Amino acid sequence: MSATEAREPPMRLTATGWTLVALAAAVALLVVASLSGLIAKGHPLDTLFVDPFRQMVDAPDLLVQTIWEGLVSGVLYALIALGFVLIFKASGVFNFAQGIMVVFAALTLVGLHEMGVPALLALVLAVGVMFVLAVGVERFVLRPLVNQPDIILFMATFGITYVLIGLGELVFGGNPKQMIDEQLFLPKGAIELKMLGGFVSLQKIDIAAAVIAAAMIAALAFFFQHTRIGRALRAVADSHKAALSVGISLNQIWVIVWFTAGVVALVTGIMWGARSDVSFALSTIALKALPVLILGGFTSVPGAIVGGLIIGVGEKIGEFYWGPLVGGGIESWLAYFIALAFLLFRPQGLFGEKIIERI
Amino acid sequence: MRAPGGDTRLAPGDVLLSVEGVSLSFGGVKAITDVSFDIRKGEIRAIIGPNGAGKTSMLNVINGFYHPQQGRITFKGATRQKMRPSVAAAQGIARTFQNVALFKGMSTLDNIMAGRTLKMRSPFFWQLFRHGPALTEEIAHRKVVEEIIDFLEIQAIRKTPVGKLPYGLQKRVELGRALAMQPDLLLLDEPMAGMNLEEKEDMSRFILDVNNQYGTTIALIEHDMGVVMDLSDRVVVLEYGRKIADGAPDEVKRNKQVIDAYLGVPH
Repeated sequence: MSATEAREPPMRLTATGWTLVALAAAVALLVVASLSGLIAKGHPLDTLFVDPFRQMVDAPDLLVQTIWEGLVSGVLYALIALGFVLIFKASGVFNFAQGIMVVFAALTLVGLHEMGVPALLALVLAVGVMFVLAVGVERFVLRPLVNQPDIILFMATFGITYVLIGLGELVFGGNPKQMIDEQLFLPKGAIELKMLGGFVSLQKIDIAAAVIAAAMIAALAFFFQHTRIGRALRAVADSHKAALSVGISLNQIWVIVWFTAGVVALVTGIMWGARSDVSFALSTIALKALPVLILGGFTSVPGAIVGGLIIGVGEKIGEFYWGPLVGGGIESWLAYFIALAFLLFRPQGLFGEKIIERI
Repeated sequence: MRAPGGDTRLAPGDVLLSVEGVSLSFGGVKAITDVSFDIRKGEIRAIIGPNGAGKTSMLNVINGFYHPQQGRITFKGATRQKMRPSVAAAQGIARTFQNVALFKGMSTLDNIMAGRTLKMRSPFFWQLFRHGPALTEEIAHRKVVEEIIDFLEIQAIRKTPVGKLPYGLQKRVELGRALAMQPDLLLLDEPMAGMNLEEKEDMSRFILDVNNQYGTTIALIEHDMGVVMDLSDRVVVLEYGRKIADGAPDEVKRNKQVIDAYLGVPH
């Protein structure tokens, strides 16, 4: 009972540490070299490593605008990743269908409205549909496949994906639709902020998205931390058999988790749909959640949020300042590149638990 | 703390659980073959046997993890053949595991609170806001949990994530979580495995105290024969999935078949 707190080992530089030191030294060298005029403007090293930062300092308003845009898409990535994390934690399933759930939820909402259902009622009904979906998944997919290897459950979520695509097209048609943002009282237009010698323009819908996402995440965190069901959810995430032994019903927890992920998907779908339109093409964006998960760790909710923001901002800054050097269009793969670099240094993610295998 | 097991119909000494003719197999492997025994209210019942004798499978059958192909189990007078673990837990069966199964990311307190899951009844709506009935309920349960923490002398690790605790303490937390369910029947799967002498003595004391103070019926699997003989009122011995002896520790110790099972038969 005496030493319950493990003492931290003394600081020592690991291989990763040395790599970071080397990187820092290289950056310092570059800065010195460019300031002292050793590397002239136009020199390839300057174009690649120094000039983009010069641009950032020269036009701070553009930098702020870029970061803001990055944060906004980051919030949406974070929301999709959050859906993944919830399901992964509670049922150990990597839910490939999360992206399609976003589209399906948004499509249900818009489709119902097209059929003449008032917007707010359609919203309630869409939540109801996500609940039915959660019950269906639990009853017809998870329950029969319980205790099967993870890969089989993973494959099953591919099945769910195609069922949802088919169902969505059958009921609501496959053509892209307009999000009913006005009917849902979502703001339109932009706010122009005068700052740093220029203008930064913030879309009101983006501000709304950030506020709603923050509120939802806070509510979820509170729910997980302080309620009986939240405690049961965390318990199931840690150990299925121990959870069963204290009388937690896995089936009930799975329904709750898939329903929660469904609601998160609906909110994501509304926000994303309001910025572009509602179509199945949206689901490919959901794949961006993968690098977010690698960054944040598959089991960490704060990780999903921070990871989403890092990917969002990193992507936009990369595209804006470094994209032109290679002819642009790096936004689509930069996220995966960042994730790959991350895997080399911190495979467990920012907030994931360090993986220690006992052998 | 209220005495665990609010079941007043059974007097000490009555049969709390009876296992009749249970057989369990996995494909072609027979884990348990036609085993019958009973557990009386208030006793400490040991299940022993060499490795692979089917002891853990037996516990898994009792708490609903495994469903036997044949046989019946009667608990508190109700007979069943198949039961889900959450239902078994709701009826008053708690257990610990051979290789500690805790919620590693959660604190000691939260782990033991999780044992109160089934006792919490406040409506979902109030829980969402942690207000009104939900708050009152949480406080009441917290009180019970704090008493268990005192009882097991783990006050100092209340807020520590259990994954960081040494093995002996993890076993104690696991016992705490099972106690929080205030069970009628407590199943302990090798509660002292991997412990040093001092930890074993502590654990033995806790098991006896639980049994004496709260009258909780306990069924335990244990390999340390000294511990088994000291703690238990009656012992059932399994070998290769069959029951080979059943009785008081002293009887069992002298049983020819049991000695052969443990020491081997000369050829």
